[in-house]
Amino acid sequence: MARVKQSVSPAMRRTPGERVYNIFNIIFLSLFALICTYPFYYLIINSLSDNSAAAAGEVTLWIQGFHLENYKTVLGLDGMATAAWISVARTVIGTALTVMASAYLGFMFTQQKMWHRSFWYRFVVITMYFNAGLIPMFITMKNLGLTNNFWVYVLPAVVQPFNIILVKTYIESIPASLQEAAEVDGANTLTVFGRIVLPMCTPILATVAIFSAVGQWNSFQDTLIYMTDSKLYSLQYLLYTYINQASSIANSVKASGTVNAAMLATAATPTAVRMTVSVIVVLPIMFVYPFFQRFFVKGMMLGAVKG
Amino acid sequence: MQTVPTMNGEASLNANGGASVVGEANSAPASGPTDRRAARKARKMAEANNYNKKHGFRLFLLVAPLLVMVVLFSYLPLFGWVYAFFDYQPPIPLSESEFVGLQWFEMMVQNKAQLQTIGQVMLNTFAMSGLNILTSFLPVIFAIALNEIRAKWFKNIIQTLTTLPNFISWVLVYSIAFAMFSSTGMVNDLLQNLHLITEPIKFLDSADHTWLKMLLWGLWKGLGWGSIMYLAGIAGIDPELYEAAQVDGANRFQQIIHVTIPQLMPTYFVLLMLSISNFLNNGMDQYFVFQNAFNTKWIQVLDLYVYNVGMGQNSLSLGTAISMLKSLVSVALLLIVNWLSKRTRGVGIV
Repeated sequence: MARVKQSVSPAMRRTPGERVYNIFNIIFLSLFALICTYPFYYLIINSLSDNSAAAAGEVTLWIQGFHLENYKTVLGLDGMATAAWISVARTVIGTALTVMASAYLGFMFTQQKMWHRSFWYRFVVITMYFNAGLIPMFITMKNLGLTNNFWVYVLPAVVQPFNIILVKTYIESIPASLQEAAEVDGANTLTVFGRIVLPMCTPILATVAIFSAVGQWNSFQDTLIYMTDSKLYSLQYLLYTYINQASSIANSVKASGTVNAAMLATAATPTAVRMTVSVIVVLPIMFVYPFFQRFFVKGMMLGAVKG
Repeated sequence: MQTVPTMNGEASLNANGGASVVGEANSAPASGPTDRRAARKARKMAEANNYNKKHGFRLFLLVAPLLVMVVLFSYLPLFGWVYAFFDYQPPIPLSESEFVGLQWFEMMVQNKAQLQTIGQVMLNTFAMSGLNILTSFLPVIFAIALNEIRAKWFKNIIQTLTTLPNFISWVLVYSIAFAMFSSTGMVNDLLQNLHLITEPIKFLDSADHTWLKMLLWGLWKGLGWGSIMYLAGIAGIDPELYEAAQVDGANRFQQIIHVTIPQLMPTYFVLLMLSISNFLNNGMDQYFVFQNAFNTKWIQVLDLYVYNVGMGQNSLSLGTAISMLKSLVSVALLLIVNWLSKRTRGVGIV
């Protein structure tokens, strides 16, 4: 039985040519996976290694002269704590609001009875295909008083047509009889939403949540455009400024203490500062990512089926 | 407002759906209990309809606050396009700015130096988008290669590892690029330690091959992620097609060419159309972080140019004018592509 089943699989028959192909295939895929991940590994081992060894380019495979001084230095840098707090806050608040709005609007747009439903649905979806552009957007935000305001990180991202389409399509695949039964029992629209539909939407909402959280965490452009107040800088923006100014930071660290040989090994070099900040910024994603991968792969597939 | 007298309610209902029933009941000659029953039925339906209408409007009110946000953040900025017709120099308000008509649009083409810059920016935009479109088949190949692996754990690991770069920001990509390819970076260290080179190669601070480098970074970041769609597509292919191909004596490569690839074409086509309609929208994050004094000529795509002009040089009106043209051309492109798609495939992409 098993054999019959296997012979169906396109990968089963093994001529010598195919075996060579298999080997090449595996080598090619492994190589690309290595190229995709080694840089992360390189950053981590170098940020933990003796800085003089790291500067000499000797740390390529494993940590040499383990120490945590770089992290102490970087976490103590001006603005680091504030930026981390801003990034966490915008990720949490932004994701929560986006998920709630996507679920709510996605559901409401399935309600046939809504006044001019299809018009309003299009009214929202069309915004996916055009935008006014960067400068008009900036002027509008400025006129709305949202520049140098935390809420500019969150509010424009709340209603996202793509997420709404995803949720709406998903809800439409749930049998309508469930909602009807609840309505017969006297539930109103909002009760149906909260008690019946919302709990069933978990997989698609998880996808939306991940996209939104990653987007919020990674966003860099909005800080660049809307913020001049350093108290509102996000971690990504701070990283960008550190990459460009790392040598001056390292110098100020060196100048601030008495330098001796032992300290020199752990004193921050520009490279060490850059790498350490990078690791701090990327770490949350690397931790969260493997757990949620199956969700967004599923979510992407939902999108793909839709076309 | 519809709670006032039934007559009013019925009259207003005449305009739509249930109203015809009322009209019929009224126009029928009055005779006996059957008619009264019909009238009662009609009134009930009208009431139900009235309720439905109110209910429908209430549903609308429930989403209205969010629609207001759409207006604020998507539609209101469109009115910002008027800044393109003024000489707007903050902090002077628009009402006191001078109306200059199409001056900014003319300026783009009048001045020779400006025209040259715009030309270069368009060239860069077209080159980067073009290269992306030319390499858009790579995720398909990657997905097919990955699908050929039988060991599920290996497949999963490769997929997880190759999609990881998609989830980091361009700033981090730049940080990685710096660690790897700057003149003191890992690659130069390695090459020098091996005595292959004596002078560090300037991977980042040079104008050479900027387009190619940007393409490669884009592929590094997006290839694994891009293949997920196609993997989903492959998973959806009917196994009977493969069986039939095997019965016909097709080997593995023939099966790929005659079954897998044709089956993936619709997905590929949709994504290709989308990337064509996004031809002018390269985004700016990638180019902004990689931009420096050496490569700025070759890296400045339209989005980055708008930023550099508008925010960097503080010419908000000129920036708006360019933004506006870009948005209009993008929408036109989308409509053309959508029309083409409808003509050739019968289905639009929008």
